[in-house]
Amino acid sequence: MSCFQTLQDYAFRSLGYGERLLPRSDFTLCEQFTLIGSGMIWNIYFGVLAVFTGFFLATALAVAKNSSQAIYRKPAEWFIFLFRGSPLFIQFFFAYFMFLSLKGVSPIFDPLTSAWLGALIVLFLNTAAYTGEIFYGALQSIPKGDVEAADAYGLSGWPRFRRVVWPTMLRLAWPAYTNEAIFLFHATTLVYFSGFPAWRQKGDALYYASYFADKTFNPFIPYPILAFYFILLTLVIISGFGLVNKRLNRHLPQARRAKLKLRINLIR
Amino acid sequence: MSFYTSFGTVLLLLAITAPTAMAVGFGGAMAARARFAPLSWLGKGYIAIVRGVPDIAFFMFFVIALDQGIEWLLHKVKCPDWDEPIRQGSDFVVCDIAKMPLGSSPQWMHETYGFSLAVITFAIVFGAFAANVLYGAMRAVPHGQIETAEAYGMTHRQTFWRILVPQMWVYALPGLSNLWMVLIKATPLLFLLGVEDIVYWARELGGSKTAKFTAYPHEDWRMWYFLALLIFYLAFTKVSEVVLEKLMKRLSHGQATLGGEAQRKAS
Repeated sequence: MSCFQTLQDYAFRSLGYGERLLPRSDFTLCEQFTLIGSGMIWNIYFGVLAVFTGFFLATALAVAKNSSQAIYRKPAEWFIFLFRGSPLFIQFFFAYFMFLSLKGVSPIFDPLTSAWLGALIVLFLNTAAYTGEIFYGALQSIPKGDVEAADAYGLSGWPRFRRVVWPTMLRLAWPAYTNEAIFLFHATTLVYFSGFPAWRQKGDALYYASYFADKTFNPFIPYPILAFYFILLTLVIISGFGLVNKRLNRHLPQARRAKLKLRINLIR
Repeated sequence: MSFYTSFGTVLLLLAITAPTAMAVGFGGAMAARARFAPLSWLGKGYIAIVRGVPDIAFFMFFVIALDQGIEWLLHKVKCPDWDEPIRQGSDFVVCDIAKMPLGSSPQWMHETYGFSLAVITFAIVFGAFAANVLYGAMRAVPHGQIETAEAYGMTHRQTFWRILVPQMWVYALPGLSNLWMVLIKATPLLFLLGVEDIVYWARELGGSKTAKFTAYPHEDWRMWYFLALLIFYLAFTKVSEVVLEKLMKRLSHGQATLGGEAQRKAS
């Protein structure tokens, strides 16, 4: 079977198109690359949507945590502690079984037990908590002079937040936020590993990588392929976030611009 | 019963791994600082490689690789006249006495072996992170301190042990406490490595089906087990936070840092 044929059969296998049976024996390098790459579609789907939606909740959480009123501050603090203080693993398990029992109550909750929605919700809440903490830290370190200048211009309330506080917060938080985004993409590999089952073997990249490792007893090929894909993905994220970083910092003199510093975390 | 001992497993793992990782990290940081170039490359390379590889893929890869590596070495030593190849297609075949643990050994040997593999993997991974933190902390100690020590005629070794090491902890602690939090949260990964930890039992107990009925005899309790786990981890995190904060206060006493300065002014 030529590599082009394999590509046709398995390129969208993770979405359920193409050949139904996974390769069973005589695994070629091409098959491994195609299938693991096909699984990456799910990782990208989870990552992109969770980062995008999480951003908005995170902003709200940061503002709430920074509020002087306890009714806003306390819930935000608890939310952030809840999701940052426990392993994502356990969160996935708990959410899955909770959704399972919700399903028994009413069929409306059916889609929640499948990974595409249920896991996405968990990832969304989780990244919102982590990002919220980052944004909160940035809010705390906004230069006093910036806010005073805004006051002097007669800005207050929403316009002050929209035009001064928020852009500065983003600018200060951006390097840490980039790390968080990379980290979240790594964390998407946990989805099919904990709780959420892969239906009809439609899984993510790690699912296929471990499938090959199980079948061949040889971890030295699929996992480096997985690492290769993730390094590529990380480079894409870094360049994308780097562009935004450039834009956020464009008004500053060259020397004061914040460089993106990369720190890869391990486990959440 | 096993459900409760599995909490012990997690705590034991933390109790063993944390010092081991610290020792590995200290060694790594010392190596990275060494004046002998190859040793320093080794230390820096170790830090860079382990930190660069993404997440749990590392754990899954490392345990199999370690297991196969040990078996391969034993195989080479114990059965030198074995002529079949070890990798036969998709099978990994070694001679019987090179199996780890031996097929005839009792159950607890298998469990201990799995547990020690887990400890080694955690120690190597977290050792690299600790090495990075300690390496940074060693460089953060004010240079004047070291110059003064050298002016007093201390040797390189004396400066390291008597001046640098006692002072670096205050700079290392924020990073190390962060690492400790990550380590706490990493322990449920044990179940990936086949050790029967709390996640394993939470899945088993709540979901047990009787032979007669395919449905559960009771409701699905797994949700509540996982809720309990969630609370266990949250409480653990909270306690660690409080303890580490106290420790930081003690360590900053008399140090030339912002925290130490604040303490001096307050008293």
